[in-house]
Amino acid sequence: MIDYSSIQVPGPTITDLSRPFWDGVQDSQLMLQLCDSCQQHVFYPRPLCPHCWRGELDWVSASGHGTLKSFSQIWKPGHPGWLPAAPYVVGLVLLAEGPTMLSHILVGSHTPCVGDPLVFAPTKVAGRELPFFQTIK
Amino acid sequence: MKHLNPRAALVGIGELKPQRRTEGISTMEMLMQVSAEAIEDSGLSVDEIDGLLVAPQVGETPQHVPATVAEYFGMQPNMSNMVDLGGASGPGMIWRAAAAIAAGQCENVLCVIGNHRNTPAPRSPNRNPAREFDTPFGASGANTSYALLMQAHMAAYNCSPEDYAAIAAGSRANAQCNENAIFYGKPSSIEEVLASPMVASPLHLLEIVMPVAGAEAVIVSTAKRAETLRHPPVFLNGAGEKITHRAVSQAPSLTSGPLKPSMARALTQAGLDVRDVDFLSLYDCYTIMVAATIEDAGLCDPGQFGKWLKENGGMGPDARQPINTHGGQLGFGQPDLAGGMTHVVEAVRQIRGTAPNRQIKNCQSALVTGNGATMSEAVALVLGADL
Repeated sequence: MIDYSSIQVPGPTITDLSRPFWDGVQDSQLMLQLCDSCQQHVFYPRPLCPHCWRGELDWVSASGHGTLKSFSQIWKPGHPGWLPAAPYVVGLVLLAEGPTMLSHILVGSHTPCVGDPLVFAPTKVAGRELPFFQTIK
Repeated sequence: MKHLNPRAALVGIGELKPQRRTEGISTMEMLMQVSAEAIEDSGLSVDEIDGLLVAPQVGETPQHVPATVAEYFGMQPNMSNMVDLGGASGPGMIWRAAAAIAAGQCENVLCVIGNHRNTPAPRSPNRNPAREFDTPFGASGANTSYALLMQAHMAAYNCSPEDYAAIAAGSRANAQCNENAIFYGKPSSIEEVLASPMVASPLHLLEIVMPVAGAEAVIVSTAKRAETLRHPPVFLNGAGEKITHRAVSQAPSLTSGPLKPSMARALTQAGLDVRDVDFLSLYDCYTIMVAATIEDAGLCDPGQFGKWLKENGGMGPDARQPINTHGGQLGFGQPDLAGGMTHVVEAVRQIRGTAPNRQIKNCQSALVTGNGATMSEAVALVLGADL
């Protein structure tokens, strides 16, 4: 079991624009932007909708459900801070709302497969909640 | 055929031998050395160089890169710019040089790219979305991105680890014919590739390029000027470019990339069927990149690259369509952003008929690809001997 709370790794570089997303994670909420014109969800945060460039973007709660599009078990991390956690799994999460986000995937003893259903699993890393996902047993 | 008018030709090449370390040497020194080699190779005089294309120099020259290089070289070009397309920067320079010549702004463009390999520069905080939304999850670096692409490709088409490893083994076999290659004297079998340590599953260490210092230069001129120069001209017969995303999470597809439309455009411009290309000079930062490119080129159906490679007779100079005869970056080493230009330089050698120890018989045409970031920045070129 990886002790995520004690590893020293780079946190997110939060801006005013993205703060609602990260504040949501602290409250165990996965927040996405929704375009009031084309009705598509947007991730990562933008000042304008990248799909239609027209509507207003509102912050909404997402379901927290997703599907594993791809994954990798990382044995040699790109950042040395992650070494104590290796090997760990990162993956591409196709959110039920449409966008894809990259996240850390908690797999337990399960061997992940492309297509696995996932659920939002906020996890404290170096003093901050991060929007991890976990495989559903 | 819809050629650029006036047509452009690649008339000079330079390449520094890759090195693992270059302590105390600056990128600028290496760029000047390799440029001198390319100018000498072309038969042009330095005074005739009136265009200059360069690439980013991370950690060394943050801004004003073209002017910094021009001043260092003692040049006052009529056209200068920085091409920032990762591994596609080198091929991206070639058609931009041709376009600048066609626009009447210059006649002989030096395209130069390279990097030193000293103690790494300190990591700097930045605000691009990948830093905010990928790095915090433990996903920094290209290895993770290409591992995700490879896993998706394997899952979609059920290709075997041996299929991908054959690309690394074939590249290192080719490197045995290039004494400048970093893997010269160090071939690896498919079994050895698969026995090497797992870095980011499903990518093994020997499926990943070795970072090296190095530099590459190519001079692009008009077809007319090329007639009077030292070597038989190599013409730019087609080009295509496409940029689809930056972070792998935002890729529109994980199994097919922007090289697909880029190669299609380049081949259409050249009036050539991909099956009739004599030499495939394919960007190969990882084994998966070559697999995806073979499939995106239309050489075989998606998922069939392993079978196609076997039917092709491997990758060597005697294969039906030889691939990366210089060893590719998997065998030659990856001189950072200059890695993509090694594929241009080798294509020029093959079409000239001057590739040492590895010349393809009667090589009249080449498809060159460049790829940057996360299979997201793509440039394809078709080069040829015929007017």
